[in-house]
Amino acid sequence: MRTRLFVILSEAKNLIKWGLAFVFSFFFFVSTSLAQIAVKGETVYTMSGAPIKNGVVLIKGKTIERVGPASQVNIPNGYKVMNAKVVTPGLVDAHTVVGLAGIYNVPHDQMQLETSSPVQPELRALDAYNPREELVEWVRNLGVTTMHAGTGPGALASGSSIVVKTHGNTITEVLVDPVGMVMFTLGESVNDNFDSPGTRSKSVAMIRSEFVKAQEYTKKLNEKDASKRPDRDLKLEALAKVLSGEMKALFTVQTAPDIMAVLRMAKEFGFKPVLDGAAESYLLVDEIKKAGVSVIVHPTMVRPGGDTRNVSMETAATLKKAGIPIALQSGFEGYVPKTRVILFEAAIAAANGLSFNDALAAITIDAARVIGVDKRVGSLETGKDADVVLFDGDPFEYTTHVCGVIVNGAVASETCR
Amino acid sequence: MRAGTLSILAIFLCVAAAAQEKPHAFRGATIIPIEGAEIQNGVLLVQYGKILEVGTAEDVDIPSDAVVQDVTGKVILPGLVDTHSHLGDGSGGDRSAAIQPEVRILDAIDVRSNDFKKALAGGITTLNVMPGSGHLMSGQTAYLKIRPANTINDMLFCKDPLNDICGGMKMANGTNSIRSKPFPGTRAKSAAMVRQQFIKAQEYKAKIEAADGDESKMPKRDLEMEALVQVLDGKRVVHHHTHRHDDVLTVLRLAKEFGFRVVLQHVSEAWKVAKEIAESGAPCSIILLDSPGGKLEAVDIRWESGGVLEKAGVLTGFHTDDGITDSRLFLRSAAFAVRAGMSRQKALEGLTIAGAKMLDLQERVGSLKPGKDADFVILSGDPLSVYTHIEQSWVEGIKMFDRANPDDHKIATGGYNVFRTSVFLDECEGGAQ
Repeated sequence: MRTRLFVILSEAKNLIKWGLAFVFSFFFFVSTSLAQIAVKGETVYTMSGAPIKNGVVLIKGKTIERVGPASQVNIPNGYKVMNAKVVTPGLVDAHTVVGLAGIYNVPHDQMQLETSSPVQPELRALDAYNPREELVEWVRNLGVTTMHAGTGPGALASGSSIVVKTHGNTITEVLVDPVGMVMFTLGESVNDNFDSPGTRSKSVAMIRSEFVKAQEYTKKLNEKDASKRPDRDLKLEALAKVLSGEMKALFTVQTAPDIMAVLRMAKEFGFKPVLDGAAESYLLVDEIKKAGVSVIVHPTMVRPGGDTRNVSMETAATLKKAGIPIALQSGFEGYVPKTRVILFEAAIAAANGLSFNDALAAITIDAARVIGVDKRVGSLETGKDADVVLFDGDPFEYTTHVCGVIVNGAVASETCR
Repeated sequence: MRAGTLSILAIFLCVAAAAQEKPHAFRGATIIPIEGAEIQNGVLLVQYGKILEVGTAEDVDIPSDAVVQDVTGKVILPGLVDTHSHLGDGSGGDRSAAIQPEVRILDAIDVRSNDFKKALAGGITTLNVMPGSGHLMSGQTAYLKIRPANTINDMLFCKDPLNDICGGMKMANGTNSIRSKPFPGTRAKSAAMVRQQFIKAQEYKAKIEAADGDESKMPKRDLEMEALVQVLDGKRVVHHHTHRHDDVLTVLRLAKEFGFRVVLQHVSEAWKVAKEIAESGAPCSIILLDSPGGKLEAVDIRWESGGVLEKAGVLTGFHTDDGITDSRLFLRSAAFAVRAGMSRQKALEGLTIAGAKMLDLQERVGSLKPGKDADFVILSGDPLSVYTHIEQSWVEGIKMFDRANPDDHKIATGGYNVFRTSVFLDECEGGAQ
């Protein structure tokens, strides 16, 4: 009797729960799909031209309707008006593990690296990313609206990344680019995680061997005689996509010899890598420039130790000055704090030689370019995704607050933090 | 490299001698003395490693033989006090026991480590270097001044390491010290082990008191007990790593039971138990983290703690826990506390005098007052602005860091072969956070 009553009660509870969920999701749907917002800023950094004094960003639905000075942009009736001292595009984190790595740092929420084998490019971040991870909310509340999320450093080839928005509950909702890049690492973290490779030479030899196999695989796939074509191999398929240029290869490398090893392999196999971390890149400015590759520079405040012992807070400025395309990233943290925040990393870069505009670009439009999503995000322009951040002062100042974050036209946060 | 370092040291020593004899006046800066109001167009006068006078240009007579440095447009703060640091490549207790009060970090510090220059680049001139948090009690900490040093004695605040109290006692609770045997496996066991040890120390102390100076009645010498008696006597302050609200209350309970003086360190969830902390009278040394988590106990850490503690009336300071946060960016800690509700005045005190009080060094450092040590930093602008750089750090009248010097600039920003030692982050071995 009691059990039955309990069942009935709990069913009733469920009914109420789902009912409420339905009602809420309905409101959510309505509010996001019909968003009409006017963001007014004393200074609007569009990142597609000079900053606008007393600017307005009109948002309709999920996209930007219009951007311009208040004198030229009329705010139609019914638009929700939000005011800010400074307005910027939603911030773009060019490399993070947030969503794969969780806040608790216990085995069940650490999905950023598989260590069963050193070469596993077939693993997809898509299958591991958790949009409800608390750290996603943390960085979103500090202005991050787009993230290039992938595996952490530590395996020669660790899998492929994705580009996601920071607001939404399912992978389908948040996905911007399901393809991303194939992620590689050279350096001490790899040697620590596996019996083999144990040295730099061995690491490079192993990656080259896999690329040679991928070349063979591609060749066989093109056989006219279908019976001679190889069985489908997810691993070689991923590497073949790097060789064909369908996917970019991101190499997390910190030391100068490792950076050179990447440039050598890129030349040998004819692909264009993106350098990630690149602590000692300031020693190889000419070589990197000549190779024409972009650099996702390590977090400015990354700790000097191990492979990053020679890190400099001025590297972003040095590379930018040389004309090398750069972006900044939150990177990977194994302990406390569990993630860095690109807004703060860019701020320290701006205090160490990078101009304000270049520092802001490194976490907006330049970052969007490096990860290949600049058609949708990174600047405030008509037709682009309505990702906007509101500040009550200079975005980089320690004591300024992020007072509003809009993702895809949805107001994700209105609290000053 | 080493020869270079030595020659730099030699230069410092020469400069020191010169600077010590003549008074040195710093003129034109905004001086933030911490104790007392900000002074516009101020003069700071120092000699023989001590502060002679601080005041406005009208109030302070600059002696005719003084070396005058024009610092118009700059900001002068007292040298910063870091109440919790792991610089100097030292380690404390080993794996043999969970409670090792006899271990002294001063026996393990490399005074030649470039780490200390890193602290100077962040404006830090006084440090509490601690053993790690992987033990219930990992050993005695060392209060250091970053002077030109050849041996650890050159850096210690105390005069005689054999007889003086040269630091505090590092303790920890929560998950870091929960490990396999002989360490505790639960929180309750952790507290029980600590209580048992303090009861033993109480008995040891009673025997000493009963002996009343009679050598033949004295208990056998025991280094562990001697250090704990210093704690019971209130001469050696406990610096207690603690994160979760219930762990914080456990520390306060034990401190009350045994009557020891305690500084709460980290205190991630201070904002949840600020009233209880205030009632206990224990100060808090908190840390700024860019994001919460990374370990279960730090999931609820918030920037708001500083402001909440201030409102509750708790003496609140900051620390770097270097390598958890970077000594060169210590000013950030105060700035983020202000961002989340702490007053500017209390936040600046948190970098200076509050920390000095936690180390019983408030008569020597932590504010710019006549008679105190001439430890100060010259900043390019407002201390809470990201764009501000620490231009010079002075310790007892000696210029120890100058950003205009290319080698020092490299310490401030990092670069090739600047830091040759690795940052350790293993909470059990060396022990941060």
